[in-house]
Amino acid sequence: MARDFSWIRPEPWGIHVVPADCWIDPSRPVDRALVTHGHADHARGGHGSTFATPETLAIMKLRYATEAGAVPVPYGERIALPGGVAATWIPAGHVLGSAQILLEHAGERIVVTGDFKRRPDPTCPPFEVTPCDVLITEATFGLPVFRHPPVEQEIAKLLSALAANPERCVLVGAYALGKAQRLIAELRRAGHRDTIWLHGAMERMCRLYEDWGIDLGPLRLVSEAGKGELAGAIIVAPPSALNDRWSRRLPDPITAMASGWMQVRQRARQRMVELPLVISDHADWNELTQTVVEVNPAETWITHGREEAMLRWCQLNQRKARALALVGYEDEDD
Amino acid sequence: MEEFAALLDALVYTRSRNAKLKLLADYLRSTPDPDRGWALAALTDGLDFPAVKSSTIRNLLMERIDPVLWTLSREYVGDSAETASLLWPEPTEAPSPPTVAEAVDALSRMTRATVMAELPRLLDRLDGNGRYALLKLATGAMRIGISARLAKTAFAQAFDVSVEDVEEHWHGQAPPYTALFDWAAHGAEPPNADDIPLFRPFMLAHGLEDTQVDLADYAAEWKWDGIRVQVVRAGGATRVYSRSGDDISATFPEIAEALHIDAVLDGELLVRGAHQGGEEGGAASFNALQQRLGRKTVSKKMREEYPAFVRLYDALIVEGKDLRPRPWSERRMALEALVPQLDPARFDLSAVIAAADFAELSAIRERARDDAIEGVMLKRRDSPYVAGRRTGLWYKWKRDPLLVDCVLMYAQRGSGKRSSFYSDYTFGCWDGDPDEGADLLPVGKAYFGFTDEELKWLDRYVRNHTVNRFGPVRETDRSLVFEVAFDSVHVSKRHKSGVAMRFPRISRIRTDKPAHEADRMDTLRKLIRD
Ligand SMILES: [Zn+2]
Ligand SMILES: [Zn+2]
Repeated sequence: MARDFSWIRPEPWGIHVVPADCWIDPSRPVDRALVTHGHADHARGGHGSTFATPETLAIMKLRYATEAGAVPVPYGERIALPGGVAATWIPAGHVLGSAQILLEHAGERIVVTGDFKRRPDPTCPPFEVTPCDVLITEATFGLPVFRHPPVEQEIAKLLSALAANPERCVLVGAYALGKAQRLIAELRRAGHRDTIWLHGAMERMCRLYEDWGIDLGPLRLVSEAGKGELAGAIIVAPPSALNDRWSRRLPDPITAMASGWMQVRQRARQRMVELPLVISDHADWNELTQTVVEVNPAETWITHGREEAMLRWCQLNQRKARALALVGYEDEDD
Repeated sequence: MEEFAALLDALVYTRSRNAKLKLLADYLRSTPDPDRGWALAALTDGLDFPAVKSSTIRNLLMERIDPVLWTLSREYVGDSAETASLLWPEPTEAPSPPTVAEAVDALSRMTRATVMAELPRLLDRLDGNGRYALLKLATGAMRIGISARLAKTAFAQAFDVSVEDVEEHWHGQAPPYTALFDWAAHGAEPPNADDIPLFRPFMLAHGLEDTQVDLADYAAEWKWDGIRVQVVRAGGATRVYSRSGDDISATFPEIAEALHIDAVLDGELLVRGAHQGGEEGGAASFNALQQRLGRKTVSKKMREEYPAFVRLYDALIVEGKDLRPRPWSERRMALEALVPQLDPARFDLSAVIAAADFAELSAIRERARDDAIEGVMLKRRDSPYVAGRRTGLWYKWKRDPLLVDCVLMYAQRGSGKRSSFYSDYTFGCWDGDPDEGADLLPVGKAYFGFTDEELKWLDRYVRNHTVNRFGPVRETDRSLVFEVAFDSVHVSKRHKSGVAMRFPRISRIRTDKPAHEADRMDTLRKLIRD
């Protein structure tokens, strides 16, 4: 009998685990939500109960100030859900607390990757390849033009721009959850010991990372900077602040942005970026296709991103695949 | 090639003109010959490799990647060269990039038969940025906002020479411009150009503003509303150059064909037409001339419908004699002696205005309603012909501009010091009675804000009145009135409003005027002179 995996049903507003009546990363309030990670397009408030890693729940608490119904599930712990479904949260390597969710039912295994990457990241445990029958994967950077360079190369680019312009500062736009902290941690790993200055919107999330044991070194707020203190410094701000009035207070900033989209010149120019840093928290084309090969599922379902090219690749490689028309996922500024 | 690739990337991401100049100047100073010359030629579209086309890149990639994946990638990236540079397999060993000169040499040897085998060999020696630079260089489609003028200015800055000298010596030189670099960087004699129809930089005028001059010292002549050109004949060849030094001979072949005396002449290119310039015998308005501009080739029909001629202002060189150091009055005599020897269909003399004094000149200027007249020029009778703008020698005294009140529709960030302010504006006039539901039609675009206070005020206004955002553009709630000055207005099929202003500029912010009282399209249409 051909398997149809009908116990899991993608709907436009989330993936429905039918026997357990749970939803994965739903974009509307539900009774029971299984959340992969804390980014706003995956984790929303208002659910009856929310199953996620303790780190993700802490992030959600910070963002939505709600704790009701939080069910922490540490990485690797297999929990029983109603209807004979078991669920396990497995590291996805995307941001602090990010997980793939393995669902088991009636002898079938389905993995929902959420967002993921395969590169090492000092702020979260690495992606684990998990064999399964259906791999439900993202494809944010699912085009063969996306080949993210080694992060060390991009960090070196940032530090040399800083060294070459001692009178100026480098203002880096980075997504407030994940990218900002990874960038700071990578700068520390590269030996940069100076104070890194934060836009106000970055502060609480950085503190949260520190509470979870990730050392980010000396951090201060731009609003507390004395005259002249910002020259020769790195400032981290959300991408929306780059060309905002807020940035006018800075000493002749070099506008940088840390994002996988920076690989395409036109995208960087649209953002008025002078120093594009190709640093992504998502899998690039090679990582996506390599993951499908390694996991080797019977079927590959694609949640969001550039699914057309991934579908084509699966077709060329005789792999069964389909695109799910999920709504509400965005191209994060990753 | 790495340095050139790095320069290209830096230029792509740099917005300010000054920063671009500095990047270019640094590159020109620090890069050896002949690489810097080839790079300069590449940046100013001076290179052509017939064997390498945009389709070559596509065909090359089709041999290596699934066509569907190529198309999806190309559509997303938006540029074939960049897409190919990103898709090309990374070299397996450390890249050994060619120099720019090596790349140019290899590219110029390629034929359509060999390109598919030879180009990959170059690409395999480069990293991603290098591949991008190579493919841009090979296809000649840089599009990174480096005009010839910007490149020359950077060259002048790099070697501390005057940009006018660069203009003069640049012409007639071929890439990699070794003689030019020898002159500027190593103090050699400038390249010899007696037998080449070279462009000589124009002498320019300051606005008269409130100055009054004594007509005993200054001659007055009409300023015609065409395009300023220089016609040069030397070594048996004739060229027509635009004000920026671009060779536009192919656009106006009847002019190039008509000069048979070795000379360098300065004048206004005009088109004969129904809007006669009165007694002088017929110049059409600028709009008629516009039909002829920007064409690489020109049909017989075009030549007959819009015949071009040059109204001469000045003679720089006549039969080998350089008159530039001589006073204007002497050059004028030489010019008057020359014109009768020229083809009257193609050349005439811009008349000197006979006025006893400044008051009379002012009155003559007021009465001038000829469409081909843009204003009056005042030239010091003893002025030599010097490149650029020199205080006190030449003045232009334009006719009073026309004014309309327009409503701000869209705003965009400016450039340079205006780059963090919404300071570029699109404005419109009402297409009927706004109280009857008429809409605004955009009629022009200009920037405004010369003081920090104005910039800030306008920026705040735009932010507080934004109703829509399209990428970098904000649409406002159409509440602010600008007084817009312009030189003339013309019928235009390219604009939705059907009219185009020439030289629009915002002269005042009319906070005192409600938007619905701004001018209507009718007002603007009545001012059309075609
Ligand atoms: Zn995410
Ligand atoms: Zn996502």
